Amino acid sequence: MKGSHIVQYLGLWIIGLFAAATIASASAADKVEKKSTNAKPPAASAKTTDPTIREIEKYREMLAEGNPADLWEARGEDLWKQKRGPNKVSLEQCDLGQGAGVVKGVYATLPKYFADTDKVEDLETRLVTCMVMLQGFSYDQAKKAPFGSADNRSNMEALVAYVTANSRGLKMNVALTHPKEKEAFAIGKKMFFHRSGSHDFSCATCHAQDNIRIRLQDLPNLTKQEPAQRAYTSWPAYRVSQGELRSFQWRLFDCFRQQRFPELDFTSQGSVALTTYLARNANGGVLLAPTIKR
Amino acid sequence: MADPMKIRARLQGDKTQVIVSMSHEMETGQRKDAAGKTVPAWFIQNVKATHNGKVVFSAQFGPAVAKNPNIGFRVNGAKVGDKIIMNWVDNRGDNRTDEITVTPA
Repeated sequence: MKGSHIVQYLGLWIIGLFAAATIASASAADKVEKKSTNAKPPAASAKTTDPTIREIEKYREMLAEGNPADLWEARGEDLWKQKRGPNKVSLEQCDLGQGAGVVKGVYATLPKYFADTDKVEDLETRLVTCMVMLQGFSYDQAKKAPFGSADNRSNMEALVAYVTANSRGLKMNVALTHPKEKEAFAIGKKMFFHRSGSHDFSCATCHAQDNIRIRLQDLPNLTKQEPAQRAYTSWPAYRVSQGELRSFQWRLFDCFRQQRFPELDFTSQGSVALTTYLARNANGGVLLAPTIKR
Repeated sequence: MADPMKIRARLQGDKTQVIVSMSHEMETGQRKDAAGKTVPAWFIQNVKATHNGKVVFSAQFGPAVAKNPNIGFRVNGAKVGDKIIMNWVDNRGDNRTDEITVTPA
């Protein structure tokens, strides 16, 4: 049946809520601010003519300098350098696609194929891989509590903020050279248009038309280049309504929730396929993330 | 010491614009958790900025200030290369001190 492999990748098995984070993290030693830069965030490059969207972007530029995402970025840098896990090793040898320890510029080229795991991985999947292979965590431990809350911080979101900030200002450049990368793109595209769930929604239901909105949130038409670039390059973002920094895995997880789909498993093959499709469509867009959103 | 602050200090004309983001949950003491128990109050109470040993900014925060407070203020008489030191203390006695070097706009 045509749709059955899609159903598999949607991950119908509900893993259930992750337990409270138990990964111990040593508190930062007394140190004065040394990594604060006075650099300004880049201005949006994908210009839109819609006056409403332009006003919102002006507002976002004004807020960008007080963006709480900077705090996640600082915490993520600490976590990257901290010796953690059973192996008491830091993530500084983690290969995010451009060599061991290279953080600069990697987010603009993810997702991509990695030979050591023989699969296409996005940033979060790759961080999980490194936490397992370098630091000795189990997959369950590494994937525990990926989306933080007031009482339950997420290390993953902090690491995502740190890595993404190191690609700020660069153009998205997802290559589709390896056969598995092409396959992920094709599956992601199929998922985008596949209708399912109790409401018979697909991503395309909301994201394949111009000039529509849900309540007061404008819905970018992700089948067109400029809105696709503008949307993807604004994630991860500090979501004011959540009081947390949210990643692209979270965005897809929440889209699934809003469509009343079964829960999208964190770093599942389906989530990576969809991310590959959307990231590739954003090629050429300047990465502004981590940004700030409603 | 608690999580680091993010500070920016830029000289614009004769005044230095300082923008600070503090990492703090800022619990009001009114919120109840999922079990119905009141989450105890935990918030920054005193904030201070010094430049060349002189206090150039001070504030007393209360439960009305939101999570991860962000403030901005201007300092007179600072030059490029000067250090501005930010400090906060919360109601549990925890504190954080960070410094920033003034740069041109």
